[in-house]
Amino acid sequence: MKSVNPIKRGYLALEEWFNISFGPEWNPLYHLGTLTFFFFWVVLVSGIYLFIYFDTSVSGAYNSVEYLTHEQWYLGGVMRSLHRYASDAAVATIILHMFREFALDRYRGFRWFSWMTGVPTLWFVITLGITGYWLVWDELGLYVAVLSSQLMDALPIVAGSMASNFLEGQLTDRFFTLMGFLHLLGQPVILIFALWIHVKRLSHVEVSAPRGLAIGSFIALLALSFIWPAVSHEPANLHKVPAVLNLDWFYLNIYPALDYLTAGQTWILTLGVTTLLMIMPWLPPKKTGAAAEVHLDECNGCGQCAVDCPFDAISVRTRTDGARWEYEVVVDDNLCAACGICVGSCHSSNPFRSSKKALETGIDMPQFPIDQVRSQTKAALDALQGESKIIVFGCDHSFDVSELKEANVATLSFLCTGMMPPTLVEYALKNGADGVFLTGCRNGDCYFRYGNVWLDKRFYEGRKPVLRERVDRSRITIFRAAVTDSKKIRRELAAFTDRISELKRVADDAGMKEAENA
Amino acid sequence: MLSPKRLILQVLNYTVFMVLVWYFSFSPPYVRLTPEQSMITLAVSHAGKPVQECRRKSPEELAKLPPNMRVLEECPRERSPVKIEVLLDDEAVIDQHVNPPGLYKDQGVDIYHSVKVPIGEHRLEVRMNDNVREDGPTHHYLQSVSLDPAELLVIQFNSAANQFVIR
Repeated sequence: MKSVNPIKRGYLALEEWFNISFGPEWNPLYHLGTLTFFFFWVVLVSGIYLFIYFDTSVSGAYNSVEYLTHEQWYLGGVMRSLHRYASDAAVATIILHMFREFALDRYRGFRWFSWMTGVPTLWFVITLGITGYWLVWDELGLYVAVLSSQLMDALPIVAGSMASNFLEGQLTDRFFTLMGFLHLLGQPVILIFALWIHVKRLSHVEVSAPRGLAIGSFIALLALSFIWPAVSHEPANLHKVPAVLNLDWFYLNIYPALDYLTAGQTWILTLGVTTLLMIMPWLPPKKTGAAAEVHLDECNGCGQCAVDCPFDAISVRTRTDGARWEYEVVVDDNLCAACGICVGSCHSSNPFRSSKKALETGIDMPQFPIDQVRSQTKAALDALQGESKIIVFGCDHSFDVSELKEANVATLSFLCTGMMPPTLVEYALKNGADGVFLTGCRNGDCYFRYGNVWLDKRFYEGRKPVLRERVDRSRITIFRAAVTDSKKIRRELAAFTDRISELKRVADDAGMKEAENA
Repeated sequence: MLSPKRLILQVLNYTVFMVLVWYFSFSPPYVRLTPEQSMITLAVSHAGKPVQECRRKSPEELAKLPPNMRVLEECPRERSPVKIEVLLDDEAVIDQHVNPPGLYKDQGVDIYHSVKVPIGEHRLEVRMNDNVREDGPTHHYLQSVSLDPAELLVIQFNSAANQFVIR
C-alpha cells in the first residue's frame, strides 16, 4: 500500500471537497493557474478604467482616487475594489498553486523549470502590487514608498538616498510619474515575459479559466466590492508617521520586518527564502525515468505523439533514414517527462500486431516497453479465475491498482494511463476479460497533465488513435481515484463486477433461448 | 445544469474565499507606533573631509612635471567616514558610522535612519564627526524638542551652511 504523507492527504481531502462542490470541470484547485490569469484580466480591465481618471501628480493622486471611490462609487469605486480584491485573489491562487504542486510532489524532477521560474514570477506580482499601493498616495502609500526606498538604499547599486525623496520639499511629480509608468507598463510587461518563461516547457497551455468558474469568481468579486468597498487611508502627510496601518498582507507582509531588522537583513531574509524556494526541486532531487525512444522502423512520422506530448518534448522533422515517409519524430531527452503518453498516441502500439514476435512500436518507453505491456496483460488474463473476469488498468501516480488484485481481478499499472493504447482494451476483451476497469489520476488532475484527457478523447470523442466503434462500451468503465480513495474505488469495482456478471447472465440466457429456439 | 446542492456549496465556497481575501486585504491592522510613540529620522547627505590635508609640491617636483600639469597642491581623494550620534535626554538613540562609498572612498555619505522614540519634551543632541584628523565632534547641535504622537522629526545636515537642520 502506498504511504501518503499528511500534507498530501489533507490536500486531497480539500480537493475532494471542491469536487463535490464544483465537479472536476470547475474545481478551482484544478484551475489555479487559469484562475490567476482570470484575476489578472479583471485587474487589467479595472486598472485601465482607473487610469483614465487617475492623476499622476503628488497633489492630485489621492484626490483622484477619492473621487473614484466616493463620488463615482457605483462604477469607479467598484472598479477600484475589483482592482484590489482581484489582485489579492491572484496572490491567494498563486500561493495555493505553489502549495498544490508541493503537496502533490509536482515540483521536482522534470518539473524543476516551472517551479524555479514560478518563484521570481510571484515576486514580480508582489512588486507590481507594491507600486500600486504607492500610487494611491495615502498614509499606506507613504509607508510603502518610504520603506521600499529604504530597501532600495540598502542595495549597493543605488547611489544616493532614495528614501530622502520622501522628506518635505523633496518629492516631485517626476518621481511619482516614474512610479506610474512602472506600475502601468514596465512591471506588467516584465510579468507577462516571466509568465511566458514559466510555461515555456509545457504544451497545450491553458490560460482561460472554465466559464462557470470565471463567472462565479467574478460575481463573488463583485459582491465583495459592493459589500466592503476598498477605501484609502488618510492622505499622505510628510510630517506624520502612519501609526496604524491596514496592511494588505498579500502584498505588504515584508514591511513590518523592517521595524525589527535592518534593510540589509530584510534583503538577506527575502533572498534566502527565495533561494530556498528555488532550489527546492533538488531537496532532494527526483529522478525522471528514461526518455522515450523513437523506433524509426515503426514510425511513419504522423506526428500524433508530438501533438499529444504535454511537455513539448517531441518534434517532427524531415526524414533522415531514407524511408518512404516524409517525416519522422525526434525526442528531446531533456524535456521528456517519461510519461509514455506518446506510446498511447502511436498507431503502431497495437497489441494485435506481430503476435509471433516481439511487439515494436514507433515510440516506446525503455522502462516499460509496449511488448512487455502486451505480455504482462496476456499473462494476467490467463491467470484469471472466476465467473466475471476483470482487468484493471491504472497508473503509478494514483491509486495503487495492485491492491485490487483478486482471483478474478487482474491489474496492470502504467506510467500514465495516457500510455495505454485503446487497442489494448479490445485486446483484453478478446483474450479472456469480461470487463475492463480503467482508473488513474482524478479527472482534471492528471499527474502528467493530459494523460486521462487524451484517454477519454480517444475512447469517446474520436481522438486518434480511437477505440473502435465495435468495442462493447458496456464492458468498459472509467473510474478515477486518488491514492486515498480506496473505499470508493473498491465500491466502484464491486459494482462494475456485478454489472458484468449481470451482463454475462443476460447474454447466457439469450444464448440458451436462441439454442432452444433453434 | 447546476444542481441546487452544488449551487449552495459553491456559494458557500466563494463566500469563504472572498471573506479570507477581504480579511487579509485589510487585517489584522499593523500598529507601527503606539499613541505614546513618535519617530526621529536622521536623513543626512554629506561628504566627509579629506583624510589628509593638501600638500604643496616642492619646486623640484613641479619641475619634473609637464608645464600644463604643474598644479601647486596635491590633495588626497579619500574622504573621512561620517559618524553621527543622536542622543535623546543623553541616551543614544541613533549611532551611525558610515564609510564613504566609491572605489577611492571619495564620495559623499548618505544616511537615512529612523527610530521610534517616546512622545513629550526631550533634550535633543546631535553630534557629528566628519574629519578623521580631529577627535570628538566636529559639529554639534543641541535643542529642546516636543514630540506629539506619530509626529515625525527629521534631522538633516545643510552642508552649504555647515549646520544641522531640524524639521
